[in-house]
Amino acid sequence: MNKKIKKIISWVLTFIIMFIICVPGIWVFISAFRPNPEILSKPANWWPDVWTLYQFTQMFSIKGYVSVPAFQYLMNSIVISLTSTVIAITIGMMGGYAFARFNFKGKNSIFLGLMLARAVPGISLSLPLFIIWAKLGLINTSIGVILVYVAMNVPFTIWLTDGFFRQIPKEMSEVARTDGCTRFQAFWNVELPLAGPGIAAAGIFAFLLSWNEYALASVLTRTMKSKTLPIGMMDYLSEFTINWAGMCAIAVVMIIPAVILTFIVQKHLVSGLTFGGVKG
Amino acid sequence: MFRKISRSPIILILPAIIAISLVVIIPLIFSLYTSFTSYKLTRPDSLYNFVGFRNYERLLDNSKFWVAFGRTIIFLTIALNLELLLGLGIALLINKITWGQRTLRTIMMFPMMFSPILVGFQWKYIFNDNIGLLNNFLYLFGYQSAIPWLIDKYLAMGSILAAEIWANTAIFSILLLAGLMGIPKDPIEAARVDGCNSWQVFKNITLPFLMPFIFIALTIRSLDVGRAYDIVHIMTGGGPAMRTELIWTMIGRVGYKDANMGMANAMSYVSIILSIAFTYYFFTKLKAARQELGN
Repeated sequence: MNKKIKKIISWVLTFIIMFIICVPGIWVFISAFRPNPEILSKPANWWPDVWTLYQFTQMFSIKGYVSVPAFQYLMNSIVISLTSTVIAITIGMMGGYAFARFNFKGKNSIFLGLMLARAVPGISLSLPLFIIWAKLGLINTSIGVILVYVAMNVPFTIWLTDGFFRQIPKEMSEVARTDGCTRFQAFWNVELPLAGPGIAAAGIFAFLLSWNEYALASVLTRTMKSKTLPIGMMDYLSEFTINWAGMCAIAVVMIIPAVILTFIVQKHLVSGLTFGGVKG
Repeated sequence: MFRKISRSPIILILPAIIAISLVVIIPLIFSLYTSFTSYKLTRPDSLYNFVGFRNYERLLDNSKFWVAFGRTIIFLTIALNLELLLGLGIALLINKITWGQRTLRTIMMFPMMFSPILVGFQWKYIFNDNIGLLNNFLYLFGYQSAIPWLIDKYLAMGSILAAEIWANTAIFSILLLAGLMGIPKDPIEAARVDGCNSWQVFKNITLPFLMPFIFIALTIRSLDVGRAYDIVHIMTGGGPAMRTELIWTMIGRVGYKDANMGMANAMSYVSIILSIAFTYYFFTKLKAARQELGN
């Protein structure tokens, strides 16, 4: 009896927690498909009377006047996030391999230094970057943003890939080398494929960070030439009014790729984070 | 070529170091210099107007800044503790459940995918006094007068805290759940046979084993504390009347709105030291916990 009550309580608690986690997202999702007057109505109606794609057709319409060029923002977001991820993963993987496989002077301090560099808050870093990037003509260019995101992502990628390379027994590469592989061939043909899923997870982590970043991009981008989705979202916010439905719609555009990508690699994400951390 | 690398593996880390130097270290040196000038964006030549420690002296006298600083510390303390406790609670709860655990774990990760700016917007929408989900819900139970969640001093801070906790508890619950699942069953069973109760098992076996996981989560979390800027920026903008101002939103205001870069850089050095101290502290704790686990 006692056990049964305990079980019921734990299920009820679980349900409440899941409810709190899900409801805000679901509410935003629903609101993206309803007309603005319905959102503003009092008393509230909980389920849309009319479902409409108005906000989405507004955002993505090619012809005529577009109030918020969301399609351009989406393209900028994709280009900037993908490019910075690929570069960050390449650089980070090299670093992670070095930390996992070699011993060298100052190894621990360099690792700590990289992590501390990552800890600098975006808004604090944005002040000098804004001035320097302006001098270099990198303001409002995709390259300017990509450069920053690469550096932001490298430390964490090193932490993750370091963990994944450690999981692969050293002997595997040694066996390959006694069989006549060079160290690079052993890396390319043996260690890299084994660490593949982990590296993919690190990549998605980097992608999400770039995809979701606001503080730096809000300073480094100015127009639709380089603005990303999180910055574009602010277009719906004017001094006294907010286009709620429009904001919800652009939020949906932003969240869908993130959800899909995270679900694909969720298993490796956790093992990478914990392994990289636990086994020093 | 690869033989050369084996001798000096530093070559492999060099690109990372170059990237970090270019985007983090050099700008930070520059901003350190700027914090000793009266640089204003509107007057470019003031970059060369060296004023010594004047910005820092003014900062010491600036009560508004220290109020915001204190608020930030309190905010972080409450947020991190609650996130850790809630995360631990959720992990223990889900760990007990055998049916549908995978699905629950997937749902648990949901807030991690949200951009902080999105989290802020979403909660701004929910807490809106006029059309917000929360007030609409309370309306059902007869609370006709709209509660000004984001306007009242304490409620606004509480609302921001709620958003922050919603967004960041996931990293704790996910990592702690992974830790719980890795705990060997034998010592727990042995302890139970010896007559330990649940609390004793938790305190003496589960918790020590979880310690490294707790510090991993705290280290990862400490890297991103500054992202609370995004949430506050969109929810209240530090207002009304600076009642929800955190150190990061203040930097943004002084730097970009008032265009006073020298002062903003002095402030941002305080915030950088804060963040780095956080990360350094948890990182050393993590290393200590690791070594204990290794022995």
